[in-house]
Amino acid sequence: MLLRLERVSRSFGGVQAVDGASFAVRQGDVHGLIGPNGAGKTTLLNMVSGLIPLTGGSIFLADRRIDRLPPHRIAALGVARTYQNIRLFPELSALSNVIVGEHLRRKDTVLESLLFMPSARREHEVARERARALLARVGLLDRAEERAANLSYGEQRRVEIARALAADPAVLLLDEPTAGMNPAEVSAVGRLVTEVAAQGHTVLLIEHNVKLVMSICRTITVLDFGKVIAHGPPAAVASDTAVIAAYLGAKP
Amino acid sequence: MEELRDLFLTYQSAIGFAGINGLLALSVYATLSCGQLSLANAGFMAIGAYASALLTVHATLPFAVVLLAGTIAPVVFAVPLGLPVLRLRGVFLAIATIGFGEVVRLGFVNWDYTNGALGLVGIPQRTGLGSIYAALAVTLFGFWRLRGTRSGYALEAIREDEAAARTMGVHSTAHKLAMFVLGAAIAGLAGALEAHFTFMVSPGGYAFGRVVDMLVFAVVGGTVHPLGPVVGAVFLTSLPEVLRAAGGWIGIPPGPLRLFLDGAILLAVILFLPDGVVSLWRRAGKRRVREGHAA
Repeated sequence: MLLRLERVSRSFGGVQAVDGASFAVRQGDVHGLIGPNGAGKTTLLNMVSGLIPLTGGSIFLADRRIDRLPPHRIAALGVARTYQNIRLFPELSALSNVIVGEHLRRKDTVLESLLFMPSARREHEVARERARALLARVGLLDRAEERAANLSYGEQRRVEIARALAADPAVLLLDEPTAGMNPAEVSAVGRLVTEVAAQGHTVLLIEHNVKLVMSICRTITVLDFGKVIAHGPPAAVASDTAVIAAYLGAKP
Repeated sequence: MEELRDLFLTYQSAIGFAGINGLLALSVYATLSCGQLSLANAGFMAIGAYASALLTVHATLPFAVVLLAGTIAPVVFAVPLGLPVLRLRGVFLAIATIGFGEVVRLGFVNWDYTNGALGLVGIPQRTGLGSIYAALAVTLFGFWRLRGTRSGYALEAIREDEAAARTMGVHSTAHKLAMFVLGAAIAGLAGALEAHFTFMVSPGGYAFGRVVDMLVFAVVGGTVHPLGPVVGAVFLTSLPEVLRAAGGWIGIPPGPLRLFLDGAILLAVILFLPDGVVSLWRRAGKRRVREGHAA
């Protein structure tokens, strides 16, 4: 198991946003994390990437404990993410956004640049080329020089995915990557995610589009009121009575 | 030729101050470039000025060594100060760093060894236009070479969204501290140059108003490019000289006119050119491109 959560809890004052959630994500899987609004999905992702501390439990990445590490250390261990409420660098171009994503892969130093060493220029060129390739992959090469703030909603989401992939992460956390997208864009993202997983990246996906989740996820974890209420392959989860009760209400 | 020489001699000190102010504006730009509003730089400048002045007065050292000491002295304070205060954001960081500046100033007011509020006078003049503009050129060169590097991108990312930058592996504390310390070093260097240009240092020269000046230079010039703060500093420093000539023509004393114009320029820039005076170049460039396409 690549990513393992053990009895993870998080409370905000009196609210128990995540309540003893345990599950594991297998290497190379596309793992869905679903649940009604307010179930604690984003809170969980924020804890995995180190943005908020846990109030209980622990998180392991390849058997190494990562909760309590600062976000940049967790990123260095191979975790990249996108955000539900899009957090691109608005004043930077789409291309620059993706180049920032390559931070962990670049090795050049300011000293090399001050001394005009060829390695500095080469690293920058390589970073630009890789970023352009990633933008091409999400279909936005023609928008590379546009300020991120000027891109459409769907385009911004795709730049964010490209930026996260730029780190070549072991685990990719996607928080509602298709929110606000049209059906054509949704299926393009679905194909991209499947492709990314086939290349060995592990994906943990929060998504409300049930059709998409059912078609691309190998395993699904269902969260309700901060607790894991179901876990398993899509078909089993879809027919689980607790899941149906959480989404539609229990039979009287 | 003779007239040109006279002109140069008349404005030599103004040209020098323009360069020193350019350095000071860049010292504020260092932290602004990663989104941190730090106002400790008048304090760092004071430390650099006093340290270098004391060395010149009490020891016989080459000027380069004195300048180096003036650059390093504030760094000794900036590292332990930066570690705790850079945890603060926005206006809270500004307030904490203003506090530091005032502590430094009051420290010198009460320090008998440096003549308290009177300060040190009769410092030999060792700064020339050459050393000022060499320092400015080296600093600008550094900022220019920072662009496009891994750290250059990281700083821009921190300015735009620090938390997002961190989840991309950017060690934001280290980058912020590095720029805070760099800003302190540049301010110290400017202080050392100024002390040996004006023959004196006194605590009154490093009060809160001084750091506000630095900030205004940077904002008027623009912080989207390292040339911006320098342009702002040169522009606002030469303004009184221009006004003195203009005031003579229209018969208004230049003093009050200058304060009025400073305020009006700042307001106009904030309202109409939020990216500063340097953004005029870029706008002109874009317009040319557009017209080129239309043609």
